[in-house]
Amino acid sequence: MKVDMTNVSENTMNISDLIYKYMRIEHLPHIWCPGCGNGIILRAVAQAMENMKLERNKTVLVSGIGCSSRAAGYLDCNSIHTTHGRAIAYATGIKMAHPDYEVIVITGDGDASAIGGNHLIHAARRNIGLTVIVMNNNIYGMTGGQYSPTTPHREFGTTAPYGNIDQPFDIAKLAMGAGATFAARSTVYHAPQLAGIIEKGIRHKGFSVIDVTSICPTYYGRKNKKGSAVDMMRWQKENSIPVEKAKDMPEEELEGKLVVGVLRDKEAVEYSEEYSRLVDAVQGGIK
Amino acid sequence: MAKTVLMQGNEACVEGALAAGMRFYAGYPITPSTEIAEVSALRLPQVGGKFIQMEDEIASIACAIGASVSGVKSMTATSGPGFSLKQENLGYACLAEIPLVVVDVQRSGPSTGLPTSPSQGDVMMAKWGTHGDHPMIAIAPSSVKECYELAIRCFNLSEKYRTPVLFLMDEIIGHLREGIEIPDKVEIVNRPTVVNPHPKRPAYAPTDDLIPAMAPFGKGQRYNITGLLHDESGFPTNDTEIAGALVTRLMKKIDNNYDDIVQVEETLMDDAKVAVFCFGGTARAAKSAVETARAKGIKCGMFRPITIWPFAEKELAKAMKGVKKIIVAEHNYGQLVNEVRRVVGPEKRIEFIGKVDGTVITPDEILAKIEEA
Repeated sequence: MKVDMTNVSENTMNISDLIYKYMRIEHLPHIWCPGCGNGIILRAVAQAMENMKLERNKTVLVSGIGCSSRAAGYLDCNSIHTTHGRAIAYATGIKMAHPDYEVIVITGDGDASAIGGNHLIHAARRNIGLTVIVMNNNIYGMTGGQYSPTTPHREFGTTAPYGNIDQPFDIAKLAMGAGATFAARSTVYHAPQLAGIIEKGIRHKGFSVIDVTSICPTYYGRKNKKGSAVDMMRWQKENSIPVEKAKDMPEEELEGKLVVGVLRDKEAVEYSEEYSRLVDAVQGGIK
Repeated sequence: MAKTVLMQGNEACVEGALAAGMRFYAGYPITPSTEIAEVSALRLPQVGGKFIQMEDEIASIACAIGASVSGVKSMTATSGPGFSLKQENLGYACLAEIPLVVVDVQRSGPSTGLPTSPSQGDVMMAKWGTHGDHPMIAIAPSSVKECYELAIRCFNLSEKYRTPVLFLMDEIIGHLREGIEIPDKVEIVNRPTVVNPHPKRPAYAPTDDLIPAMAPFGKGQRYNITGLLHDESGFPTNDTEIAGALVTRLMKKIDNNYDDIVQVEETLMDDAKVAVFCFGGTARAAKSAVETARAKGIKCGMFRPITIWPFAEKELAKAMKGVKKIIVAEHNYGQLVNEVRRVVGPEKRIEFIGKVDGTVITPDEILAKIEEA
């Protein structure tokens, strides 16, 4: 995949320096299983913060519940690990109170699109300036492998022992349908480019969703005979199609593929700033 | 100079909250608390505050907690069904020690119930609605004046003890209109904080009074907040000793301050042989019944807990010593009456008046029980 790197910084810091600078090293190693893709996404978030020289004291990481949501606590920022599904609602309060803070939500497929689906679509509708990074591993990992809203049709989970009869959500499309002004998809295979996409999402003024296909070899992989972590990443490599190329392809050919890259990036009025203007107008009107 | 204005209970609640320093409100429309959202939407931007109507009740409390974490005094309001929905995040605010005021203008239940009818059916849910052991402060006003004054008290207690406080109103009081005096100045308490904190300073480090002092997000103290049991840094732990100590501290920080938190009103109780126990809207009928009984020569008084939780057990036990008969009147099938029984013991005579049909308990009904042999 080639990501348009205009206005995006180079990844300069090596992993060891990144860890010491951005992680709460006293709480490492993290809790994720060997082969889990979430660590790659966590690294990309730290990389984006370093590349952008984000002011950590004014950066807030918000997460919900699940494997994904442990990520927030590992980063040396203001971090809040909230209740299941509600990260975006908590983040909305933080952004409203302080439009100058950089508010980043780290969530999972179940957290964001099942129990938290309502908050996802309404935050998208408002175009509030949050960056939502979805660690999408197609399964409920923390509870041991139940099917999620992104588990593909006919695949297996511990609660889909005869195959999943549900149809899956495409989280990026769902967010765009609800009005998200920035949406992107990437995978953990595309690690070097992921930081750039996250940076674009953070720089975007308004609601950004980055749907990152992660891997869960422990549950999703094992239940669905996807092989090792390496096999699962190889699958991502072989089945990802850059958005620019996908534009000219017929829908049938895109079935079962991951269209990666920036899917939408458009300007619109950001919600918390709009409210601040409303306050100014009301106060001006009263004087 | 203080000015007198005609106001509705729900409106007075907002004005009190604004006087206490509320600058953020997140809510969802629900009868009979909707006026609290409407007045907040109108008034907050006038004082530089912010209002948001969220997509549901759960999002509303979550959003209000988010604003409070960033150092802004926040409130959300709801009624019965919405209060049920808020319970999980109420527990989060207890454990994470985030100041917040949650208003429940009670209406008839269960379920959708009778949305515009009075009730006091959420009293036990206020205490036990969220799972696990947790401290809870709940306060019930019985006049429009108290909606104003006690809303301020809710904020002050919430800030002082870093815990959510429930303002347990009811439909009678929420929709009542009375003239009240708005004072020029009110006493305001702000949460314990730290100035120029070290980035690694443990946010939940114990203090002598068991209440942690922490900077709001964005002030340089970079800590973690979680709904998991956590250590002093705010990071999750499975250490049983730390877990047990945390829950114990949360309980004790409220228990140890019982005298500061608990308030009651005692009317004509000094020589009373008959006492009416009631709270919130019901106290208005009780007061009228007690006055009528007194005029008839019956030694009768009224005991009203203003603080519902923690339960005013010390004051109640003392006040009921010389009393032969206690009439407990509440708009439910019998909730606080069991607390009264626990405190006064099985020997004391208790008569219960409860209503679950959406009608109000009248002074005559209470008077009849007072006069009953």
